[in-house]
Amino acid sequence: MSDVRTLVSPATLARPRGRAVYWSVFTGVVVLFTLAFLFPVYWMVTGAAKSPDEVAQTPPTLVPKHWHLSGYTDAWDLMQLPQHLWNTVVQAAGAWLFQLVLCTAAAYALSRLRPAFGKVILGGILATLMVPAQALVVPKYLTVADLPLIHTSLLNDPLGIWLPAVANAFNLYLLKRFFDQLPRDVLEAAEIDGAGRLRTLWSIVLPMSRPVLGVVSIFALVAVWQDFLWPLMVFSDTDKQPISVALVQLSQNIQLTVLIAAMVIASIPMVALFLVFQRHIIAGISAGSTKG
Amino acid sequence: MTKTTAARPTAPEAIAVRPVRTPPPVRDRRRRRLADQARAYAFLVGGLLCFALFSWYPAIRAVVIAFQKYTPGSPPEWVGTANFTRVLHDPEFTAAWRNTLTFTLLALLIGFAVPFVLALVLNELRHAKAFFRVAVYLPVMIPPVVSALLWKWFYDPGTGLANEALRFLHLPTSNWSNGADTALVSLVLVATWANMGGTVLIYLAALQSIPGELYEAAELDGANLLQRIRHVTIPQTRFVILMLMLLQVIATMQVFTEPFVITGGGPENATVTVLYLIYKYAFLYNDFGGACALSVMLLLVLGAFSALYLRLTRSSEEGA
Repeated sequence: MSDVRTLVSPATLARPRGRAVYWSVFTGVVVLFTLAFLFPVYWMVTGAAKSPDEVAQTPPTLVPKHWHLSGYTDAWDLMQLPQHLWNTVVQAAGAWLFQLVLCTAAAYALSRLRPAFGKVILGGILATLMVPAQALVVPKYLTVADLPLIHTSLLNDPLGIWLPAVANAFNLYLLKRFFDQLPRDVLEAAEIDGAGRLRTLWSIVLPMSRPVLGVVSIFALVAVWQDFLWPLMVFSDTDKQPISVALVQLSQNIQLTVLIAAMVIASIPMVALFLVFQRHIIAGISAGSTKG
Repeated sequence: MTKTTAARPTAPEAIAVRPVRTPPPVRDRRRRRLADQARAYAFLVGGLLCFALFSWYPAIRAVVIAFQKYTPGSPPEWVGTANFTRVLHDPEFTAAWRNTLTFTLLALLIGFAVPFVLALVLNELRHAKAFFRVAVYLPVMIPPVVSALLWKWFYDPGTGLANEALRFLHLPTSNWSNGADTALVSLVLVATWANMGGTVLIYLAALQSIPGELYEAAELDGANLLQRIRHVTIPQTRFVILMLMLLQVIATMQVFTEPFVITGGGPENATVTVLYLIYKYAFLYNDFGGACALSVMLLLVLGAFSALYLRLTRSSEEGA
């Protein structure tokens, strides 16, 4: 397809023997990928559609004998999935919005408005990249439980997810780097035309920054949706827990098929997001993003 | 806002007038600079406050509480290094560090070699590229909790998929996550399965940036396939490999979800990790001083790795 030269030369591939080796390797990799990555997902989706007896049967059935949708409907009703999904949506959407507004504004200030001590502040923000977040969950929890000076607790409150999400040095740095590279003359022209800083940010900088805003949005949404330890600490109140925490808490005493169905439902939003935006997501990661 | 634009010479008339006008007095300039600063900080303040509250302050607090007896609601007491000695004498402490280091090492061996080989093969394939990329990245998009629960079910010694597959192949079955000696490896497999997609994609991107002429030249010099991998591919991607290795060390040393969900730290503490132990000190023993002492230790180790990582990325940016 492409003419890019790789490890194996096109001449070798063109020979009959080369072609035979190529196609057998190709088939092998297709089979391997299907078994390793798609089959477990298939097993989960069909496992939830089996009857409780069938799912515990040895040897297992490859395809459910009868498709039971009751696993899915039971999960929806018994595990209060609408409630937990809604909690997750609220937490993820709020974290996304707070991050987009506050990180963008801060990145713009650091990149363009030359605040006093800007270098020190940027250094302090980048230093948090060196301090992995998970190692600080306990003191962070104590802070959220009793905010300094105002002595309010954000536990069992979505703000406990939203505000800490803003302290994301990686996303802020991504935005700042992008703003740094915007052409100066365009921004200066806007200023000369009498646009204030907010106006410049809103109608010049942001429209030009669509790609990086997309990447940051996806990172922000995925991070909150996938997180477990932090919401486990913040939400002791069962009714407010996001789906990830609720799944683990409820997994102990629920029928296996119902649990599997709930797992499928919990995965759908992120998998759908991925399938819709896969080209952007894959391109974003391949573009040398180091968030491995 | 009008003040700044008015002060700037925008139209030709303004320039023509300029020699007549005296420069603005120092006080005015200073006031304008102050207003600029106020505006800059108005943009900055929200983000800054969040960093201060949820990143900087907790980091300082971790160190402070590590030397205190701390119970929420009552005034803290200074206890010197008592938290550290108590934590160091906990038999789980040794187990947690041993498990975390073993986990990291295994994750490096499996989670590093496998993606590299996969990327190497994928880069040679000319068909169905989109399929491979989507398939390998799919597990990354499944919530980690779901992956963990899924594999907990697969690892069920009786009816789990893992043992069914072994039986199908007429191989002896295993206890997987339920056996003291296989539990840790089982968790590494889950973590690798769930996280490999990102690594494969980054390696692929690195492989694609290798100039084709290098391979051509090597081939003209008579280098066979393995020699080309050794003398062209690996040196050309060495930096990405090193960076991802460090990132993986940092990530796997903070492993929590898999042991918490799949094994609960068991059997016989075989899968208790450092972060899990921190969680236990805080939320089971209500010992926040001990939890912070542990956090500080983990922080120092991870901080060393992170510093190395940042140093490497910076030197590469300067080199590029």
